[in-house]
Amino acid sequence: MSPILTARDLTKTFGAQPALRGVDLDLHEGEIVAVRGRSGCGKSTLLHCLSGVLRPDGGEVAFRGERIDDTSEAYRSELRRTRFGVLLQHGHLISELTSVENVALPLMLGGGSRRAALAAAGSWLARLGVAEAAEQTPGRLSGGQLQRVALARAMVTQPAVLFADEPTGALDSLAGELVMKLLTRTAREQGTTVVVVTHDATIAAYAEREIVLRDGEVDPTGLGVAIGALA
Amino acid sequence: MSASYVLLGLLARGPRHGYELKHAYDQRLPRAKPLAFGQVYSTLSRLERDGLVTQAGQDQAGGPERTAFAITDDGRTALDRWLAEVEAPAPYVASALLSKVVVALLVADPARATAYLGAQQQAHTARMRELTRLKSEQDLTIGDLIAVDHALAHLDADLRWLQTALHRVAALHREVHS
Repeated sequence: MSPILTARDLTKTFGAQPALRGVDLDLHEGEIVAVRGRSGCGKSTLLHCLSGVLRPDGGEVAFRGERIDDTSEAYRSELRRTRFGVLLQHGHLISELTSVENVALPLMLGGGSRRAALAAAGSWLARLGVAEAAEQTPGRLSGGQLQRVALARAMVTQPAVLFADEPTGALDSLAGELVMKLLTRTAREQGTTVVVVTHDATIAAYAEREIVLRDGEVDPTGLGVAIGALA
Repeated sequence: MSASYVLLGLLARGPRHGYELKHAYDQRLPRAKPLAFGQVYSTLSRLERDGLVTQAGQDQAGGPERTAFAITDDGRTALDRWLAEVEAPAPYVASALLSKVVVALLVADPARATAYLGAQQQAHTARMRELTRLKSEQDLTIGDLIAVDHALAHLDADLRWLQTALHRVAALHREVHS
Protein backbone atom coordinates (compact mmCIF):
# COMPACT_ATOMS: atom_id res chain seq x y z
CA MET A 1 0.00 0.00 0.00
CA SER A 2 1.37 3.43 -0.87
CA PRO A 3 2.08 5.75 2.05
CA ILE A 4 -0.51 8.34 3.05
CA LEU A 5 2.13 10.95 3.86
CA THR A 6 5.72 11.14 2.68
CA ALA A 7 8.62 13.45 3.30
CA ARG A 8 11.67 13.50 1.06
CA ASP A 9 14.92 15.23 1.91
CA LEU A 10 13.20 17.85 4.08
CA THR A 11 15.32 20.78 5.18
CA LYS A 12 14.42 23.77 7.29
CA THR A 13 16.67 26.42 8.80
CA PHE A 14 15.84 29.12 11.32
CA GLY A 15 18.43 31.91 10.97
CA ALA A 16 21.76 30.13 10.97
CA GLN A 17 20.34 27.16 12.85
CA PRO A 18 19.42 24.10 10.77
CA ALA A 19 16.35 22.41 12.29
CA LEU A 20 15.85 19.71 9.65
CA ARG A 21 18.71 18.35 7.57
CA GLY A 22 17.33 15.99 4.96
CA VAL A 23 14.53 14.02 6.61
CA ASP A 24 12.92 11.14 4.72
CA LEU A 25 9.92 9.28 6.05
CA ASP A 26 6.81 7.39 4.99
CA LEU A 27 3.63 7.21 7.06
CA HIS A 28 1.13 4.50 6.24
CA GLU A 29 -2.65 4.53 6.45
CA GLY A 30 -3.87 3.91 9.98
CA GLU A 31 -0.49 3.56 11.68
CA ILE A 32 0.50 5.27 14.90
CA VAL A 33 4.05 6.61 14.87
CA ALA A 34 5.99 8.36 17.60
CA VAL A 35 8.66 10.94 16.78
CA ARG A 36 11.22 11.16 19.57
CA GLY A 37 14.49 12.93 20.24
CA ARG A 38 16.09 15.48 22.56
CA SER A 39 14.90 19.07 22.87
CA GLY A 40 15.86 21.01 19.76
CA CYS A 41 16.37 17.92 17.57
CA GLY A 42 13.72 19.12 15.09
CA LYS A 43 10.66 17.10 16.22
CA SER A 44 8.17 19.95 16.26
CA THR A 45 9.59 21.51 13.10
CA LEU A 46 9.10 18.17 11.34
CA LEU A 47 5.50 18.01 12.57
CA HIS A 48 4.85 21.55 11.35
CA CYS A 49 6.33 20.80 7.93
CA LEU A 50 4.32 17.56 7.60
CA SER A 51 1.08 19.27 8.60
CA GLY A 52 1.64 22.24 6.31
CA VAL A 53 2.00 24.82 9.10
CA LEU A 54 5.53 25.51 7.90
CA ARG A 55 6.95 25.37 4.42
CA PRO A 56 10.24 23.47 4.29
CA ASP A 57 13.21 25.26 2.72
CA GLY A 58 13.96 22.19 0.64
CA GLY A 59 12.57 18.75 -0.11
CA GLU A 60 8.98 17.62 -0.56
CA VAL A 61 5.94 16.66 1.50
CA ALA A 62 3.20 14.69 -0.22
CA PHE A 63 -0.26 13.72 1.05
CA ARG A 64 -1.77 10.74 -0.80
CA GLY A 65 0.80 11.23 -3.54
CA GLU A 66 0.10 14.96 -4.08
CA ARG A 67 2.73 17.51 -3.08
CA ILE A 68 1.52 19.93 -0.45
CA ASP A 69 4.71 21.82 0.42
CA ASP A 70 4.50 23.97 -2.73
CA THR A 71 0.78 24.80 -2.38
CA SER A 72 -0.68 28.06 -1.15
CA GLU A 73 -1.18 28.87 2.51
CA ALA A 74 -4.95 28.88 1.86
CA TYR A 75 -4.85 25.37 0.43
CA ARG A 76 -2.73 24.03 3.29
CA SER A 77 -5.00 25.72 5.78
CA GLU A 78 -8.02 24.06 4.16
CA LEU A 79 -6.18 20.73 4.33
CA ARG A 80 -5.54 21.20 8.04
CA ARG A 81 -9.20 21.95 8.61
CA THR A 82 -10.56 19.02 6.61
CA ARG A 83 -8.00 16.20 6.33
CA PHE A 84 -5.59 16.82 9.19
CA GLY A 85 -6.26 17.08 12.92
CA VAL A 86 -3.91 18.82 15.31
CA LEU A 87 -3.58 18.28 19.07
CA LEU A 88 -1.12 20.47 20.96
CA GLN A 89 0.24 20.27 24.50
CA HIS A 90 -2.07 22.88 26.01
CA GLY A 91 -5.18 22.18 23.96
CA HIS A 92 -5.38 25.74 22.58
CA LEU A 93 -9.15 25.92 22.91
CA ILE A 94 -10.89 29.25 22.44
CA SER A 95 -11.48 30.52 25.97
CA GLU A 96 -14.71 32.40 25.19
CA LEU A 97 -16.46 29.37 23.67
CA THR A 98 -17.91 26.39 25.53
CA SER A 99 -16.41 22.94 24.96
CA VAL A 100 -19.16 21.89 22.58
CA GLU A 101 -18.77 25.12 20.57
CA ASN A 102 -15.00 24.62 20.42
CA VAL A 103 -15.45 21.11 19.05
CA ALA A 104 -18.18 22.19 16.61
CA LEU A 105 -16.09 25.06 15.23
CA PRO A 106 -14.08 23.14 12.58
CA LEU A 107 -17.32 21.74 11.16
CA MET A 108 -18.98 25.16 11.07
CA LEU A 109 -15.89 26.70 9.45
CA GLY A 110 -16.21 23.97 6.83
CA GLY A 111 -19.74 25.13 6.03
CA GLY A 112 -21.74 22.70 8.18
CA SER A 113 -24.92 23.90 9.87
CA ARG A 114 -24.63 25.01 13.50
CA ARG A 115 -27.18 22.46 14.64
CA ALA A 116 -25.49 19.49 12.93
CA ALA A 117 -22.05 20.66 14.05
CA LEU A 118 -23.16 20.96 17.68
CA ALA A 119 -24.80 17.52 17.53
CA ALA A 120 -21.62 15.93 16.15
CA ALA A 121 -19.52 17.79 18.72
CA GLY A 122 -21.76 16.58 21.56
CA SER A 123 -21.46 13.02 20.39
CA TRP A 124 -17.62 13.27 20.24
CA LEU A 125 -17.52 14.73 23.74
CA ALA A 126 -19.63 11.79 24.97
CA ARG A 127 -17.42 9.31 23.14
CA LEU A 128 -14.36 10.73 24.91
CA GLY A 129 -16.05 10.73 28.31
CA VAL A 130 -16.39 14.51 28.72
CA ALA A 131 -20.07 15.04 27.97
CA GLU A 132 -20.40 16.81 31.33
CA ALA A 133 -17.96 19.48 30.13
CA ALA A 134 -20.03 20.39 27.04
CA GLU A 135 -21.40 23.68 28.36
CA GLN A 136 -18.27 24.67 30.31
CA THR A 137 -15.68 27.11 29.02
CA PRO A 138 -12.05 25.88 28.96
CA GLY A 139 -11.09 27.86 32.05
CA ARG A 140 -13.35 25.67 34.17
CA LEU A 141 -11.90 22.35 32.96
CA SER A 142 -9.16 20.19 34.45
CA GLY A 143 -6.07 19.57 32.30
CA GLY A 144 -7.27 16.08 31.42
CA GLN A 145 -10.76 17.27 30.45
CA LEU A 146 -9.25 20.07 28.39
CA GLN A 147 -7.09 17.67 26.38
CA ARG A 148 -10.04 15.34 25.80
CA VAL A 149 -12.09 18.28 24.48
CA ALA A 150 -9.12 19.26 22.29
CA LEU A 151 -8.91 15.65 21.06
CA ALA A 152 -12.64 15.75 20.23
CA ARG A 153 -12.04 18.97 18.26
CA ALA A 154 -9.14 17.35 16.40
CA MET A 155 -11.17 14.22 15.55
CA VAL A 156 -14.57 15.76 14.79
CA THR A 157 -13.73 16.24 11.11
CA GLN A 158 -12.62 12.59 10.94
CA PRO A 159 -9.14 13.53 9.77
CA ALA A 160 -6.96 11.19 7.73
CA VAL A 161 -3.92 12.18 9.81
CA LEU A 162 -3.77 13.39 13.41
CA PHE A 163 -0.67 15.35 14.45
CA ALA A 164 -0.13 15.42 18.22
CA ASP A 165 2.68 17.52 19.70
CA GLU A 166 3.49 16.47 23.30
CA PRO A 167 -0.25 15.82 23.86
CA THR A 168 0.20 14.77 27.49
CA GLY A 169 3.08 17.07 28.39
CA ALA A 170 0.95 19.14 30.77
CA LEU A 171 -0.90 16.22 32.40
CA ASP A 172 -0.28 13.96 35.37
CA SER A 173 0.40 10.31 34.57
CA LEU A 174 -3.16 8.97 34.94
CA ALA A 175 -4.75 11.83 32.96
CA GLY A 176 -2.03 11.38 30.31
CA GLU A 177 -2.70 7.66 30.17
CA LEU A 178 -6.42 8.26 29.64
CA VAL A 179 -5.79 10.76 26.83
CA MET A 180 -3.38 8.37 25.08
CA LYS A 181 -5.78 5.43 25.45
CA LEU A 182 -8.63 7.46 23.96
CA LEU A 183 -6.42 8.92 21.24
CA THR A 184 -5.10 5.55 20.08
CA ARG A 185 -8.47 3.81 20.43
CA THR A 186 -10.42 6.39 18.45
CA ALA A 187 -7.66 6.65 15.82
CA ARG A 188 -7.78 2.87 15.31
CA GLU A 189 -11.58 2.89 15.14
CA GLN A 190 -11.51 5.70 12.55
CA GLY A 191 -8.47 4.38 10.65
CA THR A 192 -6.68 7.66 11.33
CA THR A 193 -2.90 7.83 10.93
CA VAL A 194 -1.29 9.41 14.00
CA VAL A 195 2.05 11.16 14.41
CA VAL A 196 2.86 11.81 18.08
CA VAL A 197 5.81 13.99 18.96
CA THR A 198 7.03 13.19 22.45
CA HIS A 199 10.18 13.04 24.52
CA ASP A 200 8.51 10.51 26.85
CA ALA A 201 9.14 6.79 26.25
CA THR A 202 5.95 5.80 28.10
CA ILE A 203 3.91 7.89 25.63
CA ALA A 204 5.90 6.67 22.62
CA ALA A 205 5.04 3.13 23.76
CA TYR A 206 1.44 3.70 22.60
CA ALA A 207 2.76 3.92 19.01
CA GLU A 208 3.46 0.98 16.75
CA ARG A 209 6.86 2.31 15.73
CA GLU A 210 9.05 5.28 16.44
CA ILE A 211 11.30 7.58 14.51
CA VAL A 212 14.19 9.10 16.44
CA LEU A 213 15.61 12.43 15.31
CA ARG A 214 19.12 13.61 16.06
CA ASP A 215 20.28 17.10 15.09
CA GLY A 216 17.57 17.39 12.43
CA GLU A 217 18.12 13.98 10.88
CA VAL A 218 16.48 10.57 11.30
CA ASP A 219 18.82 8.54 13.48
CA PRO A 220 18.90 4.98 12.11
CA THR A 221 20.44 3.69 15.36
CA GLY A 222 17.41 4.91 17.33
CA LEU A 223 19.70 6.15 20.12
CA GLY A 224 19.39 9.87 19.40
CA VAL A 225 23.09 10.47 20.11
CA ALA A 226 26.34 9.61 18.37
CA ILE A 227 28.80 7.59 20.38
CA GLY A 228 32.39 8.57 19.85
CA ALA A 229 35.45 6.63 20.93
CA LEU A 230 36.70 7.69 24.34
CA ALA A 231 40.26 6.55 23.76
CA MET B 1 11.04 -13.20 52.81
CA SER B 2 8.24 -11.15 51.27
CA ALA B 3 6.05 -14.20 50.39
CA SER B 4 5.54 -14.80 54.13
CA TYR B 5 4.33 -11.26 54.61
CA VAL B 6 2.08 -11.36 51.56
CA LEU B 7 0.46 -14.48 53.04
CA LEU B 8 0.13 -12.71 56.40
CA GLY B 9 -1.42 -9.76 54.59
CA LEU B 10 -3.92 -12.03 52.85
CA LEU B 11 -4.79 -13.68 56.18
CA ALA B 12 -5.29 -10.25 57.75
CA ARG B 13 -8.52 -10.12 55.69
CA GLY B 14 -9.80 -13.36 57.29
CA PRO B 15 -8.91 -17.05 57.72
CA ARG B 16 -8.15 -19.06 54.56
CA HIS B 17 -6.70 -22.42 53.70
CA GLY B 18 -3.54 -22.97 51.66
CA TYR B 19 -5.29 -23.55 48.34
CA GLU B 20 -7.18 -20.24 48.57
CA LEU B 21 -4.03 -18.44 49.67
CA LYS B 22 -2.06 -19.66 46.65
CA HIS B 23 -4.74 -18.42 44.27
CA ALA B 24 -5.18 -15.12 46.10
CA TYR B 25 -1.39 -14.59 45.99
CA ASP B 26 -1.19 -15.26 42.23
CA GLN B 27 -4.21 -13.03 41.60
CA ARG B 28 -2.91 -10.11 43.65
CA LEU B 29 0.63 -10.29 42.29
CA PRO B 30 0.05 -11.45 38.73
CA ARG B 31 3.45 -10.35 37.43
CA ALA B 32 5.39 -12.00 40.23
CA LYS B 33 6.64 -15.55 39.96
CA PRO B 34 3.67 -17.80 40.84
CA LEU B 35 3.86 -19.32 44.30
CA ALA B 36 4.15 -23.14 44.29
CA PHE B 37 1.67 -25.04 46.48
CA GLY B 38 4.62 -26.62 48.32
CA GLN B 39 5.97 -23.16 49.12
CA VAL B 40 2.59 -22.05 50.48
CA TYR B 41 2.39 -25.00 52.87
CA SER B 42 6.03 -24.80 53.96
CA THR B 43 5.63 -21.04 54.57
CA LEU B 44 2.43 -21.61 56.56
CA SER B 45 4.23 -24.27 58.67
CA ARG B 46 7.04 -21.83 59.39
CA LEU B 47 4.58 -19.04 60.25
CA GLU B 48 2.69 -21.43 62.55
CA ARG B 49 5.94 -22.54 64.21
CA ASP B 50 6.80 -18.86 64.84
CA GLY B 51 3.34 -18.20 66.30
CA LEU B 52 2.35 -15.77 63.53
CA VAL B 53 -0.56 -17.88 62.25
CA THR B 54 -2.71 -20.53 63.89
CA GLN B 55 -4.95 -23.29 62.64
CA ALA B 56 -8.57 -22.16 62.44
CA GLY B 57 -10.54 -25.33 61.76
CA GLN B 58 -10.98 -27.89 59.02
CA ASP B 59 -12.95 -27.50 55.82
CA GLN B 60 -13.93 -30.48 53.68
CA ALA B 61 -16.48 -29.02 51.22
CA GLY B 62 -16.79 -32.16 49.06
CA GLY B 63 -13.00 -32.58 48.63
CA PRO B 64 -10.08 -33.53 50.79
CA GLU B 65 -9.98 -32.07 54.27
CA ARG B 66 -8.24 -28.69 54.30
CA THR B 67 -6.88 -26.73 57.24
CA ALA B 68 -7.75 -23.05 57.43
CA PHE B 69 -5.23 -20.65 58.96
CA ALA B 70 -5.77 -17.36 60.77
CA ILE B 71 -3.32 -14.58 61.59
CA THR B 72 -2.43 -14.20 65.29
CA ASP B 73 -1.82 -10.96 67.20
CA ASP B 74 1.92 -11.59 66.88
CA GLY B 75 1.36 -12.11 63.17
CA ARG B 76 -0.37 -8.70 62.88
CA THR B 77 2.48 -7.07 64.81
CA ALA B 78 5.05 -8.69 62.50
CA LEU B 79 3.04 -7.59 59.45
CA ASP B 80 2.81 -4.00 60.73
CA ARG B 81 6.55 -3.95 61.42
CA TRP B 82 7.35 -5.22 57.91
CA LEU B 83 5.02 -2.66 56.29
CA ALA B 84 6.63 0.12 58.30
CA GLU B 85 10.18 -0.81 57.24
CA VAL B 86 11.42 1.39 54.44
CA GLU B 87 12.91 -0.62 51.60
CA ALA B 88 16.52 0.37 50.95
CA PRO B 89 16.52 2.39 47.71
CA ALA B 90 18.71 -0.21 46.03
CA PRO B 91 21.08 1.12 43.40
CA TYR B 92 21.02 -2.24 41.57
CA VAL B 93 24.72 -1.87 40.85
CA ALA B 94 25.01 -5.55 40.05
CA SER B 95 22.49 -5.43 37.21
CA ALA B 96 23.63 -7.01 33.98
CA LEU B 97 22.34 -3.98 32.07
CA LEU B 98 24.58 -1.55 33.96
CA SER B 99 27.61 -3.80 33.56
CA LYS B 100 27.01 -4.26 29.85
CA VAL B 101 26.43 -0.58 29.15
CA VAL B 102 29.56 0.48 31.04
CA VAL B 103 31.62 -2.17 29.30
CA ALA B 104 30.12 -1.34 25.89
CA LEU B 105 30.85 2.36 26.30
CA LEU B 106 34.32 2.04 27.73
CA VAL B 107 35.70 -1.01 25.97
CA ALA B 108 33.88 -1.61 22.69
CA ASP B 109 34.54 0.45 19.61
CA PRO B 110 31.89 3.09 18.84
CA ALA B 111 30.17 1.09 16.07
CA ARG B 112 29.80 -2.00 18.24
CA ALA B 113 28.70 0.02 21.26
CA THR B 114 26.08 1.76 19.09
CA ALA B 115 24.83 -1.57 17.75
CA TYR B 116 24.62 -3.14 21.19
CA LEU B 117 23.00 -0.17 22.90
CA GLY B 118 20.60 0.38 20.00
CA ALA B 119 19.48 -3.26 20.24
CA GLN B 120 19.11 -2.92 24.02
CA GLN B 121 17.02 0.22 23.64
CA GLN B 122 14.84 -1.48 21.02
CA ALA B 123 14.27 -4.46 23.32
CA HIS B 124 13.23 -2.15 26.15
CA THR B 125 10.97 -0.15 23.83
CA ALA B 126 9.36 -3.30 22.41
CA ARG B 127 8.60 -4.57 25.93
CA MET B 128 7.14 -1.17 26.87
CA ARG B 129 4.88 -1.30 23.80
CA GLU B 130 3.76 -4.80 24.69
CA LEU B 131 2.91 -3.79 28.28
CA THR B 132 1.20 -0.59 27.12
CA ARG B 133 -0.94 -2.59 24.68
CA LEU B 134 -1.85 -5.00 27.48
CA LYS B 135 -2.83 -2.06 29.68
CA SER B 136 -4.83 -0.36 26.93
CA GLU B 137 -6.65 -3.27 25.41
CA GLN B 138 -7.52 -5.59 28.26
CA ASP B 139 -9.61 -5.25 31.37
CA LEU B 140 -6.93 -5.83 33.94
CA THR B 141 -7.45 -6.21 37.66
CA ILE B 142 -6.12 -3.39 39.82
CA GLY B 143 -3.32 -5.72 40.96
CA ASP B 144 -2.36 -6.42 37.36
CA LEU B 145 -2.48 -2.72 36.42
CA ILE B 146 -0.25 -1.75 39.33
CA ALA B 147 2.20 -4.51 38.44
CA VAL B 148 2.26 -3.39 34.77
CA ASP B 149 2.83 0.23 35.87
CA HIS B 150 5.73 -0.96 38.03
CA ALA B 151 7.33 -2.81 35.10
CA LEU B 152 6.80 0.17 32.75
CA ALA B 153 8.25 2.65 35.23
CA HIS B 154 11.39 0.54 35.62
CA LEU B 155 11.84 0.10 31.88
CA ASP B 156 11.35 3.85 31.42
CA ALA B 157 13.90 4.56 34.15
CA ASP B 158 16.40 2.22 32.45
CA LEU B 159 15.89 4.01 29.13
CA ARG B 160 16.29 7.47 30.68
CA TRP B 161 19.45 6.35 32.43
CA LEU B 162 20.77 4.82 29.18
CA GLN B 163 20.12 8.11 27.35
CA THR B 164 21.87 10.11 30.07
CA ALA B 165 24.84 7.75 29.95
CA LEU B 166 25.05 8.15 26.17
CA HIS B 167 24.90 11.94 26.39
CA ARG B 168 27.58 11.97 29.08
CA VAL B 169 29.87 9.88 26.89
CA ALA B 170 29.12 12.09 23.86
CA ALA B 171 29.88 15.24 25.90
CA LEU B 172 33.10 13.75 27.21
CA HIS B 173 34.06 12.72 23.70
CA ARG B 174 33.50 16.27 22.44
CA GLU B 175 35.54 17.67 25.34
CA VAL B 176 38.44 15.27 24.79
CA HIS B 177 38.51 15.86 21.03
CA SER B 178 37.84 19.60 20.94
